Amino acid sequence: MVIDLDKCSACQACVVACQAENNVPIIGPEESSKGRTIHWIELIPYIEGEYPHIKARLLPRPCMHCDNPPCTKVCPVFATYLNPEGLVAQINHRCIGCRYCTTACPYTVKYFNWYPPEWPKEMKGSLNRDVSIRTKGVVEKCTFCSHRLLRAKEKAKIEGRDLLPGDYVPACVQACPSGAMYFGDLNDPNSVVSTLSRERRAFRLMEELGTEPKVIYLSEGM
Amino acid sequence: MEEKQFSLEEDALLFNPIRKTGKPFYLAASILVAIILWAVFAYLNQYRHGLGITGLVRPVFWGVYITNFVFFIGISHAGTLISAILRLVKAEWRRSITRSAEVITVLVLFFGVGNILMDLGRPDRALNIIAHAQFRSPLLWDVSSITVYLTASSIYLFLPLIPDIALLRDYAGKWQWFYRIFALGWRGTERQHRLLEKGIAVMAILVIPIAVSVHTVVSFVFAMTIQPMWHSAIFGPYFVAGAIFSGIAALILAMNVIRKVYHLEDYLRPVHFNNLGILLLVMTLLWFYFTFTEYITVYYGSEPIQMAIFWSKFTGRFALYFWGMFLFCFAIPLPILSFKRTRTPVGTLIASASIVIGMWLERFVIVVPTLTNPRLPNETVIYHPTWIEWSVLAGSVSFFILLYMVFTKVFPIVSIWEVREGREKSMAEVQERIKTYLPGLGVE
Repeated sequence: MVIDLDKCSACQACVVACQAENNVPIIGPEESSKGRTIHWIELIPYIEGEYPHIKARLLPRPCMHCDNPPCTKVCPVFATYLNPEGLVAQINHRCIGCRYCTTACPYTVKYFNWYPPEWPKEMKGSLNRDVSIRTKGVVEKCTFCSHRLLRAKEKAKIEGRDLLPGDYVPACVQACPSGAMYFGDLNDPNSVVSTLSRERRAFRLMEELGTEPKVIYLSEGM
Repeated sequence: MEEKQFSLEEDALLFNPIRKTGKPFYLAASILVAIILWAVFAYLNQYRHGLGITGLVRPVFWGVYITNFVFFIGISHAGTLISAILRLVKAEWRRSITRSAEVITVLVLFFGVGNILMDLGRPDRALNIIAHAQFRSPLLWDVSSITVYLTASSIYLFLPLIPDIALLRDYAGKWQWFYRIFALGWRGTERQHRLLEKGIAVMAILVIPIAVSVHTVVSFVFAMTIQPMWHSAIFGPYFVAGAIFSGIAALILAMNVIRKVYHLEDYLRPVHFNNLGILLLVMTLLWFYFTFTEYITVYYGSEPIQMAIFWSKFTGRFALYFWGMFLFCFAIPLPILSFKRTRTPVGTLIASASIVIGMWLERFVIVVPTLTNPRLPNETVIYHPTWIEWSVLAGSVSFFILLYMVFTKVFPIVSIWEVREGREKSMAEVQERIKTYLPGLGVE
């Protein structure tokens, strides 16, 4: 995934799309004020420099889907692992809720269900049936909408063709109104994301940790 | 050798707690049971509603329960390790204290494990750690090493108990069937003694590396992550030293109590407290040394991400905890333990109580500040443990005390046969031993 920060207007459409797509529970203002909100993608405020030369930017932060993820190493039950597609997958019905992965992730992308997930009555009808609902006491996080990948694969199989670049994009990328988010195969040298990732503006979050994140940001003057 | 020559009258004091149980025991037990029931109620609440009713939030995913886990596993290093070392170096003064130390280890381990189970979001799936074990996870190393430790220290507690159980079988009068089973047909023959001594010696050696490994892998849970101020190479030895430190303190506390309650002044003498006090003094200084190196390296490296946590401990939100830890772990016990005049039973009691509190704070100060300051900017959240967590802590401590009390009612808390053996044999033995290392005294 590539996120062009110079195009991003911080409108949070990606956040909303993600909440709806992935059945992310709504926890109410009281719990939210305690810091228990679940956002698979979240806008992180980065404030740099000191007054008067202050620079603030908002950074959309999904799961980085690291190639060397610190979270999968520490899970005692293989409930989170790097799958063959390169996604860091999460098995919700195996998770024992020890929250070791949440503490080990340097990007704090993992969230815990402190209570059973709940939705207002009106919203229950619009839950996404492709995404399983988590129980209380398990960890969840961004999956790059892997259920969409499953769908796209099945569709391609039925149609007897290979998976095409446009077949599968996560909800956040699809929803981005300013076209700041790109999604595709980083291993394919001709793909859009691959080309963008080699741009001069490209950087990754906390590269120095050696986690090899697969989310690449673009920004002038970073 | 015939054991029959011993009468019940000799060392009668040691049998007394088993023979009669007074009102104070029941009173204390019922208070403890009340606290335990309260904690059970608190936990059931949490089990039903979810971990949301604790004070834990994102990103402070770990709090009091993990602190308790590290703390209790640390306390467990009292017993087995101390007793094994004292046995191996043939410290004669160990005879009346080893038992009370070993019991702490075995009992307190359950509360370490219990607290981590209570910390799980899905305790019903706890067995997944066997069904889907992933040995790359330091948590699995913990599971393995604590299991081995519990097994080894139970055996190590049980072996020296056998002759005493046989004594109870022959003389105590009550629960004969029970003691008969666990005496394993002990008759005190020469051969049995030899086997027992060998067994104890082997276990004493085995248990030391196991104990060291246990707290090392507990520290690895933190040190193996790349989180600032956790990812530290000295965490292994730092945790082990802290564990022994808090362990000895817990042992002195326990000895003080049983000494007063069961009138064992003749068995647990000031010299025991003095000697353990010296050991505790060494550990106090060692603890300070580790803490000092840990923080000074962070300070000199002064990476911003580490310094945020560093200052939150020194002057920020966790200053009270941090300086509390320093006060209880170092400032209070150091002067008390430094002078022979204050290294009395009461003096060491005060120092030990202070250290036990201080070491709980130390674990807290390691776990929580790091999580409060994650690498990515985050809304400032403050972790306030709720009554649920405090109740579980109180319940764990009470349950441990209760089990310890019950143990003293079923088995002698001072090893009777070892004390007797000491009286009969060790005078001569020690004399012989001294001869082997004094120059000018030829030994064949």
